[in-house]
Formats: sequence, C-alpha cells, structure tokens
Amino acid sequence: MKGMTLSALLGLFITGLFFAAAILAPWIAPYGMSEIVGDIWEPSSADFWLGTDNLGRDLLTRMIYGGRNTIFVASAATAVSFCLGSILGFTAAVYGGWVDQAMSRFNDLVMSIPTLIFALVVLSVMPVTLPILILVMGLLDSTRVFRLSRAVAVDINVMDYVEAARLRGEGQRWVIFREILPNALSPLVAELGLRFIFAILFISTLSFLGLGIQPPAADWGGIVKENREGIVYGIPAALIPAVAIVTLSISVNLVADWALNRTTSLKGGRGA
Amino acid sequence: MPDNLLEIKNLRIEATVYAPGEKPRDVVIVDDVSLSLARGKVMGLIGESGAGKSTIGLSALSYGRGGIRLSGGEIRLNGKQIRGASPSVLRSLRGKEVTYVAQSAAAAFNPAKKLMEQVTEAALKHGVMSKDEAEKRAVELFRTLSLPDPENFGNRYPHQVSGGQLQRAMTAMALCPKPDLVIFDEPTTALDVTTQIDVLAAIKTAIAETGVAALYITHDLAVVAQVSDEIMVLRHGKMVEHGTVQQIIEAPREEYTQALISVRSIEHEQMQPTPAPLLKVDGVFARYGSMSKDVLSDVSVELHPGQTLALVGESGSGKSTMARVITGLLPPRQGEITFDGKPLPPALKQRSREELRELQMIYQMADVAMNPRQTVATIIGRPLEFYFGLRGRKRDERVQELLDAIELGKGFGDRYPAELSGGQKQRVCIARALAAKPKLIICDEVTSALDPLVADGILKLLLDLQKREGVAYLFITHDIATVRAIADSIAVMYQGRVQRYGPKDQVLSPPFDDYTDLLLSSVPEMELGWLEKVLAHRKMTSAGN
Amino acid sequence: MHPVLKLVIQRLALGLLLLLAASVLIFVGTQILPGDVAQAILGQGATPEALANLRSELGLDEPAFTRYIEWLSSALQGDLGTALSNGRDIASSIGGRLQNTLFLAAVAACISVPLAIFLGLLAVRYRDRWPDKLISAITLTSISLPEFLLGYVIMYFFSVQWGLFPSVSNINSGMSFLEKLNAVALPAMVLTLVVLAHMMRMTRAAILNVMQSAYVETAELKGLRRFTIIARHAMPNAIAPIVNVVMINLAYLVVGVVVIEVVFVYPGMGQYLVDHVAKRDVPVVQACGLIFATIYIGLNILADVISILSNPRLRHPK
Repeated sequence: MKGMTLSALLGLFITGLFFAAAILAPWIAPYGMSEIVGDIWEPSSADFWLGTDNLGRDLLTRMIYGGRNTIFVASAATAVSFCLGSILGFTAAVYGGWVDQAMSRFNDLVMSIPTLIFALVVLSVMPVTLPILILVMGLLDSTRVFRLSRAVAVDINVMDYVEAARLRGEGQRWVIFREILPNALSPLVAELGLRFIFAILFISTLSFLGLGIQPPAADWGGIVKENREGIVYGIPAALIPAVAIVTLSISVNLVADWALNRTTSLKGGRGA
Repeated sequence: MPDNLLEIKNLRIEATVYAPGEKPRDVVIVDDVSLSLARGKVMGLIGESGAGKSTIGLSALSYGRGGIRLSGGEIRLNGKQIRGASPSVLRSLRGKEVTYVAQSAAAAFNPAKKLMEQVTEAALKHGVMSKDEAEKRAVELFRTLSLPDPENFGNRYPHQVSGGQLQRAMTAMALCPKPDLVIFDEPTTALDVTTQIDVLAAIKTAIAETGVAALYITHDLAVVAQVSDEIMVLRHGKMVEHGTVQQIIEAPREEYTQALISVRSIEHEQMQPTPAPLLKVDGVFARYGSMSKDVLSDVSVELHPGQTLALVGESGSGKSTMARVITGLLPPRQGEITFDGKPLPPALKQRSREELRELQMIYQMADVAMNPRQTVATIIGRPLEFYFGLRGRKRDERVQELLDAIELGKGFGDRYPAELSGGQKQRVCIARALAAKPKLIICDEVTSALDPLVADGILKLLLDLQKREGVAYLFITHDIATVRAIADSIAVMYQGRVQRYGPKDQVLSPPFDDYTDLLLSSVPEMELGWLEKVLAHRKMTSAGN
Repeated sequence: MHPVLKLVIQRLALGLLLLLAASVLIFVGTQILPGDVAQAILGQGATPEALANLRSELGLDEPAFTRYIEWLSSALQGDLGTALSNGRDIASSIGGRLQNTLFLAAVAACISVPLAIFLGLLAVRYRDRWPDKLISAITLTSISLPEFLLGYVIMYFFSVQWGLFPSVSNINSGMSFLEKLNAVALPAMVLTLVVLAHMMRMTRAAILNVMQSAYVETAELKGLRRFTIIARHAMPNAIAPIVNVVMINLAYLVVGVVVIEVVFVYPGMGQYLVDHVAKRDVPVVQACGLIFATIYIGLNILADVISILSNPRLRHPK
C-alpha cells in the first residue's frame, strides 16, 4: 500500500475502525443490545455517553450493534451485487454479439425503474428477512456494477494488446484474467467503495421506512425511526446515526477516490 | 513603422507539470529563442514533437495553452511588447493583427454555427469592415482557396464539409480580417497525402495574394520548403539552425539538420521473386458485419520468403483490413489465402498454434499494443513460454538475447511500458514478434506515430533483422518514402482494390495509372519549386475532395 | 421525413416499449415472485379458507398473463382498482396526493435548477480555487447522507431550534399559495440539497467540457471578450448537456420525494406508497409503482429527445 495519500490512509483507518467495532460489538458495547438501563431520552452522561433512546436503552450500545447490522447487510449486498454484476458484465463484454445485446437490454430495463420504487414493490409481497433484503438490494444494485464492468471490459477488449494475445492463440481464460482483469481492477475497486456507501444509505432508508431490518434488532436507519418523535421536543437522539453514516461514507469515499486516481496515474509506472 | 513585423528576443517559456504522485515541478519548454520576421515573409518553424514549435507559434499571440507561461524575453508585434500585455490590449490584437490556423480545423470550428458567421466574426468584432464587405471578402477568399461553390460555401455547417475543405475554410477565417501575421500550426498534418498537396497549394496562393506574413509550423521539412522564405530548426525548445530555405535544404550546417534532411536515405537492395511464395492472397473479398459494400474486392498479392511487400494507400483504401483478413480476425467473404504452400484456415479460431506462431503482427500504436500491467520481460517472455514452453533461466536468457537484438541493453526487462520512449516501445513490440520465430511479420503503420529520426532507426532495425533472421514483412503504410526505403514489391491500394502491383522498380517507374501518379506525385519532396512543378502536370484531383 | 423527426419518433417508440416492459416487471415483481400475496396480506396465522377466499377475490386463480392484461387495460383507462386495506377507489385517493407530490417536486425544482446552474458556473469560473472546493465539499457531504436523515437534521435546526418553518407539512386545498409554500419549505429545502449536488457537479463537468474545446480557444484567439465567448460559442453547445442534466435530476427528485414525504408527514404519493407497502396492499403498490416509473421514464425520454433536437449535426444533415 505504498504511495497512499494521507487522506486515503485516514479514510482507510476510520473505515477499519467502523468494521472493527462491528465485528467486536458484543465485547466493546457497554450494555446489552435491548437492555433497558435508564429513563427515556436521557442526555449524555458518564454512564451513557450518547444518552438513552425512546425506551431507555443505551444509545452507544444501540449504535454499535446497529452499525454491526447495517455494515453486515451492506457488505453482503455489495458482495452479491459485485460478484453477479462484474461476472455478467465481463461475460457480456468478452462474448459480445447477441449475448451482450440480450443482457444489456434487460439491464437497461431494470435500471429504468427507480431502485427504491422497485425495492418497495418487491418488498410489499416478500417477507422482510435478512437474506431477502440482502438479495433484493444486491440484485437491484448489480445492474449498476454490470453497466460499469461491461463498459470497462469493452474498452479494454478492443485494445491492441488484447488483440495481440488473441492472435497469439491465448484462450478466453488468459484474456479475461491476465489481460483484462488487471487493467479493470482499479476502477472496479473504486466502484466497490461507492456501491458499499450506496448500500449503507439504502438499507438505512429501508429500515427507516420500516421495511428493512426489523426491531428489536438495531440498525442505524431503525434508530432514526425509533427516536424520530424526540426531534420535535428538541432531543437530537435521532441525528446520531447521521454522524456515523457521514463519517463512514466520507472515509470510504476517500479510499475510493485514491483507488480511482491510481488508475489514471497507472498509465504507467512501477510500484503500481 | 519598425522594420520587422514580429521580433522575438530570448524567449523563455515554462510550464508546471503535475505528475500524479509527485510534487508539481516546473519544466522549461522553450529556452532562449530569438527570431525576427519581416512583413510579407514566411518563416517555417520545424522540429520533432516536443521541440516547442507550436508553443513558440502561439507566443506570437501571447497565448499559452493550459498552464504554459511565457516567463521571459521579449515578444514585439508591430513594435509593441506583447508579452505580459493586459487582456484588453491582447484582445485588440488577436484576430486583428495576428490570427491562427489550427492543426485540427474540425475541432476548431464551433459545430453549432454556420461557416460564414465564424469566418467573418473576427473582422466584424474588431470593426475592420462592415458585414457586407466581410462576407464579400470571405467569398473571395473561398474562391482563392479553390473551395467548391464559393458563393454558398459559407452557408454550410462545419460537419457538412470535408476535412481538407475545413482546413481551407480555417485559412479563410484567419485571412478575413486582413491580419499582418498568420500562424499556421501544422495545417496539413492530419490530412491524407493527396489532399495535403491541394490544401498546401491553396494556402501558398492565399499567402501570396494577400501579402500576409506567416509562421508556418510543421514537422515535415519537405512541406515547409514549399511555402517558406526562411526556416528555423528547433530541438528540445532550443534553436538549432536558422537560414534561408535554400541554405537549410542544400547546405545545412548543423548535424541535426543534416540528419533531418537525410532521413530515409536507407539503402536496400531490391530482391527478386523466388519460385515459391510464402504468402499468397488469391481473389479475396471482405466486408465488415452487415455492411452492404465490400471493403476489399478481388485482392490478389504474393509475398516471397525473406522479402518485403508494401501495401500502400490512403485512409479508407482497405490496407488495414488486409491485415485483419490475413491474421484471421476478419474471415474473407470469398477467396483464399495460402501460407507456406498450405491453405490457411480463414478464421483465427480454426488455426493451429504453429500457424499462429509463424505469422506475427506489430501495431502502429506501440503504447496500446502492450499490456500496461506487464513488464517488458513478461511481454517478450510470454510467446517463448506459449509457443516453445521455455521457462525459468532459459526463458530469461532468450529474453535478454532478444533485448540485445533490438538494441536495448540490460535492465529493460524490469521496466513497464510507460517507462519507455516511443521508439523503445516499438522495439519491444518487434522483440515480442521475433520471440515467436515467425516466417512473416505484418507491420501495420509501425513508424507513422514516430518522429522521423526515431522511425528511421526502427526501419534500419527491421531491415537488419530481416537479413539475419530471414523473416518476411507485409508492410502496411501510407508513406511512400518508407516504401521506397524498404520494399521489394509494392501493392498500391485504392478503394478496396489493388490498383497497381509488382516489383518495386516496376511499380515506381512510369507509365503510371492516374491514381498511382497522383499518390506518388503528392509526396512532398525536399526540393525548391517542387509544388509548382507537380501542380502543373496533374491528371487527377485529390481523392479526399 | 427529416432525420431528426425520425430519430425522435424512434426514441418515443422505444420509450413506450420500455414503459410497457417496466409495467410487466412491476406486475411480475408483485405477482409471480415466490412470495404469496394472499399469505403476505393475511400473515402466517391465516386459516386456509380465508386464504382461498382472498385468492379468488384477488383473481389469483386465473393465469398471470390474463391478470396482467386486465390490470394494464383498466389502468390505461384510469381505473387503478380498489385498495385492499380500506376498499377505496385507488384512482381517486391518488388524484389529490399526486397533485401534492408534483407541487412539492415543482417547488424543489424551481429552487434547485437555477441554483445548481449558478453554482456550476461559479465553480467553473473559480475552478480549483476555494469557491470551487467549498462547493464540492458541501455537495459531497450532502450526498453522503441518506435523504431522510438530511430531512431530520434540517427539521431539527430550522423548525425545532430556530422555529422558522413548521416541522410537519400539512397541506390542504383550502390553503393559499403562500401558506402552501410555507408548509413545504422544509421538505423542498431537503429535496433541493439532495439533487443540488449531482446537478451542480454534472453542470460543472458539462460546462468545463465545452470551455476546454478547441473552438473556444479559436474564439479566444479571435480576440473576443470573455462574455462574448461564453454567450456566442460556449452556451449554444452547453445548453443541451445542461438540459439533459436537469432532466435526469428531476427524475431523481421524483423518487427522492417518497422518503421526504414520510419524514415531513406530507400527504403525497410517496407516503401513500410507503403506508401501503407496510400494509401489503398490492393493488395500491402496483398503481403507485407504475405512476412513479412512468414519470421517471418519461423525464429520461424527454432528456434524450432534447439532446437529439439540440445536436447541430442531426439538425443539419449533410
């Protein structure tokens, strides 16, 4: 990871902190997840660093467990969308012809309906469970990954060096993994970051609308939903997830930006 | 009135380079250049890429592109110091006293406006003449520049006319406000050779009729010799030599100028055809996808072992399609290709590894012909591994042998393509082709993206390798000078057909057919008065119009 | 026929086809997926008889294709069916709400479009200097937040702390225009922020692209004034991409409305949709989904048509 800029390192560090907190939640959270430990909406104090929520649970604990759920669902959905989107995108680009046409036109169709509306339509008949949430988010988001990876692969596929490999007699596997993939990696890594942020925002939105992670399990969108009544009384508990989401997405953005810039500087150079 | 129209003294131009991952640093682009140009005279600025010639040209308008600073020296136009002059002073002289003709007129015209509006704009904005006068002058200029239908030419939009016409329209735009000085920045470089000569003639006539002074910037000494009174040779932002056209062409003093002039003086003894051709293309027709017209029709040529067949033609002649057909990327619609006595399967996928090995290819753009993520050793080593199963030490030794063969020393194996110069990149591509020990290498415009001296080195290397390894070349090019230098036989292609074919001495000697005559006579020669001589006895107008 | 007209007609036909395909997708999404609608509505504890009754009431016994044709043909005639949860006619429930939603979106558009273009121009004018960087930083932060949270942050400060605007956007037909504007002030502000970032960045890119073109350099070398260059040479070529940007963002705005309406309890389509998703009221969800998709696709087609119409190469063929 040499040659990383300061901002990218900072972004990586903070992103790492969030993931560590998510993994270690049961050990670092001061209280139990749904343990009622105080009055409702207590202000922050030595006992409750962020105060308590609408039922008197410790907010810091809720935030840590909430982060665990939010980050887990977002990561899983991103993994689904990435695996599916990039494999299909590469396939479409390398095979071309009617395979590409059929896949691309279907992708256009799914993208023509706004993601949130589509998700709401589907979730109105499906039971809202974690696997279904992950699958629905992953599938809908894979359209974006498909479009990008296909575009990147199509660009690389017409390069003379890929033609040179084909003329040499190299097989499809060598072409995809040795010629195309190494050159497509940087934009894809940058996209990975952006898709992850989008997944965080998306699952938070769904939970806020009551169609995401179901109570009593905590998640950042759900915390807003639970504490929204407090806002009108001037209790900012519902705004705490905002800080977490902004911090996480800016950190991931910094890393993604660096990955993308690295692509352009990669026109060549060693150590890249 | 001062004696000289343009007086540049000790000009220094700098720019800040923002290389990714590095601190921004200043580089000197032009260093201590002085020149003076009298009224009505034409000076040619010549040099290879990076010589700073365009930058100097634009400095006469006191203009620097993207972050370029005119950091020192004097630039006097009509006696006024214009370096560092205020924006309003500059505005009053740009488009009035001095105008500019860009290399790519297609990009320099606003796509949303009619030509007439753009041609007369500067004259009107500066109040040089009334709208009627300006339009009348524009029509006259269109006529002088032999544009078709001069009365109505201005009513068209830029995308409605051809590239050669647009370049002439840009010349009209520059001349319309009756400037004292015009900067021509490689105005014919992007054009096909037969179109170039017409545009060149038009520009020359227009300069003569309007009596304007000009700086003519180009990398082609033969072109500049036709239009200039004097020539300045530049290299790496410094002046190498300055003199009259005659002196520079006939008695250059500096070694670098001599090298520029003697480029393409390669000696190659033409070989006679052998009884058994290596490659035989027989009655080939080919077209792309669903196109209704053939890109190649009834093409038949032969190439003998260890010899060079040059395919010559302008853009759209089908010469690059030939490479795709022979390599199997585009199976022919009809016709047969025989290689080494055996018929070659039409499609790439049907060919055996051995057939693929014997036929290698080198591309025009070496930068995109190599995977930027692989080192030179990997790039050259892969064919060794793939065709011969060489690994480890044996492979490394062979890679080094090949690097020696292309005259790159030790240590190049660990480099990435981006760390090589243009000429070095092309050499690595040659080594990659050689690694397969092929019988035939297809060279697709391999020197046209390179500066003349570098290209010269590549051609010498290719000839050298041919002698040693006995490899045959199918050499695709638009450049007649290259063909003269290296070919044993020539096929002239025009609109998908072979117009003329045979041994070099035969193809290049009269009597010619009309197209070959046009093509051969359009190649600028380093000779004073050549342009007039050629125009006097042409049989056919250029293909691009 | 003029080639531009042909292209536009082609694009419109393609749009209609896309819309048809989208309606199939929405229908398929609710009817054929593994989830059973009747089960979903009644919950796990439903008796088999109740399930069977509901199925026949919903017409679930008939083949999917027949149901789709019936659904689409009545939707085309303005009959969107009745809601399962309260038995009301969907079309009449939607009427007023659609109006409210469009009002909110229109107010947001009226603020955000000129603002985004102005900021885009400002960012280009001061490229890579502090105003550009500040605008970038603010817009980047605002897209790092989900719309609903941005809504609460703004509500917390503008309504609760400073008491400038109402936190709940009640709106009814008896209110005057100004009262309505006051009611939607906060949601409109949030929506503006949501689309502003995208729109401004895309505008900036579109203008920069034009300003860096060779013909702008030509104009500069003709000695024209900066203003003349922008007005005569840059604008005619920049309008098409900017209009395109605006259309795409308006489409985005229509979707953003859904969440914002829930935050501010605004009686529009979005809240209606979300309510009925929770109630698993399939006919309402389908109807709303279809309307949102139509608006979204329609605006995207409009963007394409405008860019076809403004292309000089297409308008003046060879």
